Formats: sequence, C-alpha cells, structure tokens
Amino acid sequence: MPLLQVDDKGLACAAGGFWIDPWKPVPVAVITHAHADHARRGMGRYYAAAAGLPMLKRRMARDADIVAVPYGERFELGGVTLSFHPAGHCLGSAQVRVEGADDVVVAAGDYKRPVSPGTDPTCEPFEVVPCDTFITEATFALPIYRWDPPEDVATDIVDWWDANRAGPRERQKVSVIAAYSLGKAQRLLALLDRELARRGEARRRVFIHGALEHMIKGYRDQGVEMLPTFRVGESNRARGSVNPFRGHLVMAPPGAMAGPWIKRFGSAKDVDTAFASGWMRIRGVRRRAGYDRGFVISDHADWPSLVRTCVETGAKKVLCTHGNSETLARFLRRQGVDAEPLATAYGDEEDG
Amino acid sequence: MRRLASLYDELDRTTSTDAKVAALKAYFREAAEEDAAWGLYFMAGGKLKRLVQSKFLRAWAMAATGVEEWLFDESYSTVGDLAETVTLLVDAMTDRSETHADHPGLREWVEDRILPMRDDSPAAQEARVLRWWRELPRGELFVFIKLMTGSMRIGVSKTLVERAIAELTGLEKQEIAHRLMGDWEPTPAFYRSVMDPEASDVVETSRPYPFYLASPILPHDWDYDDDAREAELIGGQLGDVSDWLAEWKYDGIRAQLIRRNGRVFLWSRGDENMTERFPEVVRAAARLDRSFVLDGELLAWDFEAGLPMDFGSLQTRIGRKKLTDNALREAPAAFVAYDLLEDDGVDLREEPIEARRERMERVLEGADPALMVADQSSASSWSELAVSRRSSRERRVEGLMLKRRGSSYQAGRRRGDWWKWKIEPLTIDAVLVYAQPGHGRRANLLTDYTFAVWDGETAGEGELVTVAKAYSGLTDEEFVEIDKWARRHTIERFGPVRHLEPVHVFELAFEGVRLSTRHKSGVAFRFPRMKRWRTDKPAAEADTLASVRAMIGSDGESDSAH
Ligand SMILES: [Zn+2]
Ligand SMILES: [Zn+2]
Repeated sequence: MPLLQVDDKGLACAAGGFWIDPWKPVPVAVITHAHADHARRGMGRYYAAAAGLPMLKRRMARDADIVAVPYGERFELGGVTLSFHPAGHCLGSAQVRVEGADDVVVAAGDYKRPVSPGTDPTCEPFEVVPCDTFITEATFALPIYRWDPPEDVATDIVDWWDANRAGPRERQKVSVIAAYSLGKAQRLLALLDRELARRGEARRRVFIHGALEHMIKGYRDQGVEMLPTFRVGESNRARGSVNPFRGHLVMAPPGAMAGPWIKRFGSAKDVDTAFASGWMRIRGVRRRAGYDRGFVISDHADWPSLVRTCVETGAKKVLCTHGNSETLARFLRRQGVDAEPLATAYGDEEDG
Repeated sequence: MRRLASLYDELDRTTSTDAKVAALKAYFREAAEEDAAWGLYFMAGGKLKRLVQSKFLRAWAMAATGVEEWLFDESYSTVGDLAETVTLLVDAMTDRSETHADHPGLREWVEDRILPMRDDSPAAQEARVLRWWRELPRGELFVFIKLMTGSMRIGVSKTLVERAIAELTGLEKQEIAHRLMGDWEPTPAFYRSVMDPEASDVVETSRPYPFYLASPILPHDWDYDDDAREAELIGGQLGDVSDWLAEWKYDGIRAQLIRRNGRVFLWSRGDENMTERFPEVVRAAARLDRSFVLDGELLAWDFEAGLPMDFGSLQTRIGRKKLTDNALREAPAAFVAYDLLEDDGVDLREEPIEARRERMERVLEGADPALMVADQSSASSWSELAVSRRSSRERRVEGLMLKRRGSSYQAGRRRGDWWKWKIEPLTIDAVLVYAQPGHGRRANLLTDYTFAVWDGETAGEGELVTVAKAYSGLTDEEFVEIDKWARRHTIERFGPVRHLEPVHVFELAFEGVRLSTRHKSGVAFRFPRMKRWRTDKPAAEADTLASVRAMIGSDGESDSAH
C-alpha cells in the first residue's frame, strides 16, 4: 500500500495517521502553506513550517492547535518520519518529506523555482529533496508558460506606474494593481523596492487594500524589505475635484477590483488597472478578466521548472495534481517517467 | 513592424474605444506612409494570400520547440489563437537571442522579406522563418506570425479604423468607408488618397436613413400558454385590429438597399457596408431603372421552397472571407423589402405606411426574385391573428410585425407604432455532459457544451444520448461557475474535451427540431442555445428522446409552440 493516498478528506498517510492539506476535518493535518486551498479551518492539530506560522495563524481560528517545525528538522507521527523543506512559493511555504519503512515520498505543495538572474526576495528558495515518489503541482503545466525574470516585470510595472503619473497632477491616473494577498502582494512590494533603488529613485509609498495589511505585516515582522505601505481608508476617499490617489499605486486583492471599493479612486478614465498573475500570459484571459494591463509573474513553477524539478528529485514515480495534472503526467510518461494524475481539491480558488 | 507591434500592444491594453481610436490616430500620424499603407491594409482585413499554410506553421513550431502534436493541440485549445500559441511556444521553448539590430519598417518586411518567400521551397521557407523567430523581440514575433497566418485583426474593427481616419481627415465616416471599399493595393499613393481631406460626393449618394426599430409587444417573461390571453393583452394595448397592418417577421439582417445616381449601396443597421457581400441583391437593384431607398431584411433564401433558409446559413455566408461560387450556391441571398423610404429622390418617410407600401409594390414590380416584398397577414380579430401566427415556424419566420396604419417612418426605437410579436421558442431540459474551451475571449474557459437527454420513454432510466451543442445564453458569472465545477468533476478527458459527471440540467431554447439520420440521437435542433440553468432540477428529471420526438410533426419537422 502506498505511503500517501488520496481519500475523501485529503492526501492521507494511513501509517502515520495524518493528512497533508486536508479539505475535510481530520485529527492531524500537515500543512504546506497558508493559501485557502491548502490550509482550512477545523482540523484537530496542525503541523506547519515555522517560517509560515504568522501567516497560517491569520487564517486559523484563534485557539487552533499549531505545532511549528523549522525547515529540515525531523519529527515523527505514528512511526513515520516527516520534515519540511522550502518550496519557494511564498514565505514559509513547505514541501513535506514523508519517510516510511520502504520509501520516501515528497509532497511539494505549491512551489516555484527561481527564474534567473534573481531569486524571490521574500522567501527561501526551493530545495530539491531526493525521493522515490514526488507529488507535484501542475498549475501552469503547458509549454506556453515560461516566466520572464521578475526583475524585468518589476521594470515594466514601474514604467506603467510612471506613465500614469506623468504630467500635471489633475491629469495623472491612479494605478491600481491586483495581487493575491499572500505571496504575490509582498513579492511585488519587495521587487518594486529593489527596482526603484536600482534606478536610484527614492522609495515610494504604496496604498493597500485593508485585506492585504495583515499578511504584509507578517512579512515585515520576519524582516522582508518592502516598499512602505499605507492603508486606503475612508478618510482619503476621492471627493470633488481633489483625488488624493492620482499618481499613486494602489494594491488590492483581485476580489476587490470588481466591487464598489474601486470606485473611490474615481471614474474609469481616472484609473488604470492591472493584474499581476501567470494567467496574464494569454491575451484572451487578460481581455476576459477586464484589466487594462497584465503583468506576467507567478509564484507557481512554469513549464520548464516543473519538468526539470520532476527529473531532479530522482523520483521513480511522479504524481501530478493541482491544475493541468493529466497533461503533465502524460508528458512525463512520454519521457519515460512513471507518472499519473492525482485527483485532489487543491488548485481551486488558487493564485497564479 | 516595431511600430505596428507597439500599436497592437496599445490596442490590447485598453478596453476604451476612445483610447483605441487615439492609438490608431497616433499610428497613422507617426508611421511612414509606405508602412502605414500596409498597416491600414491589415487592419482593414487584408491578408497576404498564398503565403504559408497553417499546417506548415504548426509543423515548424513543433520542430523548433520539440513540442509533440498532442501537446501543441492542448496549448492551442488553451490559447485559442494559432499565431499566439506559436508565439508563446517559440518564446518559451527555444533559445532566442533577440539581437535583431536593424529594424526594417513594415513595408520592407512584407515586400522584401515575407512576400518573396512565396517562391521558396518549404525547406527554404522554414530556414528563413526559424531564423526570424530566433531574432525578433516577442511583440514583433507575434505580429510576424500573425502576418504569416493571414489574420491580423486584434481588438480593432474596420469601423474603428474608419472613425480614426475620419477624425484625422475631418471627413465623415461614410466617406472613409467608401474609400476603403473594394480591392486596393497598399501603396503610398493609395494611402495618400485615403488620407486626403478633400471630400468626394459619394457620401450623399450612399447615405442611409436612420432605421426605425420595433419594440416587443409581449413582456419578456411571458409564458405563451394561451392564445386568447395573448390576444386580449395585445387588443388592450393596441385597440382595434383593423388599425394595424400585420407582416411576417423575417429573421435576417436588417438593411437599407439604396440606389441613387445609378449606384447601389447596401447598409446594415450596424452601419456596415454590405454592398460587396450580396452581389445578387445589388444586381437586382441595379436592373430596376430608378432611384430608391428600401428598408428590409437580408436573408439566405431557399428559392425552390419559396422560404427563408435558417439564419445560420446566412451567418456562414457572411463569415466567409471570400464569396466563392459555392458559397453563393449554398446560401443564395434575397432582400425582402417592407418599406420604401425614398423614391425618385423624394423622401417618403412622412407619408402614411399604406401609401409607402403601395408605392413600393409598384417599384418592385417585375424585379428579380432576389428582391421581393414582405408577405402580410390579415385577420378580422386579434385572436384570429394569434392563430395565424402559429404558422410562423412553417413559414420559417419569427412571428409577426404589427405596424399602425397611417404611421410615418420614424427614427430609432420609438414605442407606439411598430411592434414585434414573436413566437415562443421551443425548449427542452437537457443534461450537460461534455464541455470544452471556447475561443477568443472565452479561450481557457469551458464554455462550449454538449447536452444529452434520456434515450428511453422514462426520464432517469436508460442512457443519456447527446442531442445538442450550445455555447451561448449564460452570463459570464455562470460560465465561470460551471468552468470551475467542470474542472473538478471531469470523468475523462479527450484532448480539450471533458466528459463531465451528468449533474447539471439546462433549459435549451431552439427554433425547431427535425428527424436526422446524421445524428446518433436521430434528431437535430435548429439554433439551440441555453435559456437558463435549471439548478432546481436533478438530471433524472431531464427530458427524454421520446418527449423530443413528440415535438416533431408528421412532416418530420416541429411545428408551433408545444
Ligand atoms: Zn498556494
Ligand atoms: Zn494551491
């Protein structure tokens, strides 16, 4: 019997009596990261990587029982040895290494690999963990997906922002960029900080939607350098001819972009909207989403990284989940790798 | 080509029409004449003919990237556009230097590099193309591949291009539309003639009148259960039936057929010049030796049966880039006239409708069959008219138009004198069983659905047999919701097609159903579309093949509303 198997509650380890990223209540949950499709409320006890604890706590009930374990440190559950290893997806995201009597399984959760030349300034880089069975995500598993260096994307974003703040104040536009609240928002704030420094420009303040505040603070508390942020409040709503947001960058979760919240920045002609996501690589998707601009940047592995990672782990068996799993599995099989799709509840309501 | 690539980016980055027009104007102002001529040519829908077949383009892309065919197809079905798929694959999967130092203009690219390739062998073409793929920056790579596939229009209609030039030259849009008609060569001389601010007299000759639009007489949620109730409602609103003319309502393209100063023009209600798309209608108008403006409906016509063909045939014909003899044979066109707005230079719009109609019948006497007068229906009471409306499906019309006697021809949608009295669409409840991604705006979203009904006499028993495909009628939110559900409830995948758990029931509306030997189910629907998502109904209560067959009359076609 395999060490890990999908049941109706999650990715189950019968021998160890725990579930990885379960979607239904279980007594013992091992969590890869704090995104909603991986970390859910209602579990008896949680095990998670220590670096991700502040973010996980934000998502959990106040009295949740969470055991934080540093990366690389081994611990046991029911005679099975586990350890967390950096996944490079967001701050504190982890791969879970599970060692049974006969074999080693690594559930990578969501992950990304660095795109040269830079690394993600907001989290530890992905670590290749050798294993017999590798469980990989497949969010962007098509050869059309390859990411540009994030530094180049940061350059494009600052260029866009500058174009919107050119000219006299009353003709400037508000630059509103949508970014997921955990991971993407912080990564952009850190990349933009570096980009402005590279240009020899002063730091600029970024207005943020209230929903981003906690996670940004969680990152700051762990020493991640980012542009200063200022919460958009009721007090600085645009009134009459005075629009305090003109020329500024506003960052918000995508969900806020469709609602009444965005109206405070003025009418459609005063606002330029953008979405920072890997999905923006496709024109049709960008048009359908209704944003003026799309910046292609993702916290998931692109196609070359997915393929490379599956090979580098040395796994004899690869299980694909989270997105385009059938495609990745079929491709790997044609490369001579024993691979299969694995049906899970991950990847729903997920970031790109 | 760099300037054209940046124009495409600008057009792609905005949803505002004004911003698009501004970007187009900037392009025409800034680009060199010889380049702008080609830019205009492509934006107006021009293609480079006999260039590279798309099967070669696919093959080269696969060879250059090492991507196998099945994976190429999956990528294509996600992206929804061949040129973009090739661009993304080449960008992602090949080592590119993007070191193209010289940036030749569009004319040089097209005339000196791309067109001469026509005489090369495929192998030589491949070598050239792959080299350019390596060197071109991503934006230009996309434009280059678009050029090779022929279709260049992205996010900009010919109408917008006409508007931009009209604003630049200070002329009217009709004038510009006229200048861009027909076959022309993208030369600097031609370009200068398009941009010439001196007007010709053609606008006055070709200009249509504003269309008068009818309003629906029945509320949109009317349940069509009872003729008597319907007659009562309409009688209550419109008064005596003898004050009204009733005319069959054709389901085609509303248009004005104009003949002035010996020239013929055909304008659709969408302000589109259709003159070149309907040569048989234009010929028929040219043969009538007088000036007139007719209002009516363009239809694909079955001359043997003396009935309109379905709207789909007309759409297919219009969708063709080139009108081949075959297309003209498959879907011959007719113009069904119902009003005469101008005769011999005299504006008749203030005349009573009966007088206009009578005069129109005289004008069209002896005209070619492609130019006919709309049939009327007469009745002595509203309920009698309600009964005769039931023959709409046999006549392949959408119902009746009611026009007040003595009324003038007004402009726009003015309630009161023109009403449409449509028939109920037929409906069935069917189960969603397959889904696949749409194209264009809907690429990457599962929006093309296949539906099934139970194959026996009893719902919920036996097997589900597929009966129809539909991809319109839902809101964007509903499509997104179903997309999300479908991805999690896929039983099996065949390339882009997903076999889904048979759970969701949809009410499908359609214009008719007939027996068909070409379909496994033995029935074929006309214009099926989704009317609503029946979240209240389980799959076991969907319709059966027996209930669908019951809608088909003895002649093998469905008749009036069930
Ligand atoms: Zn995640
Ligand atoms: Zn996820």
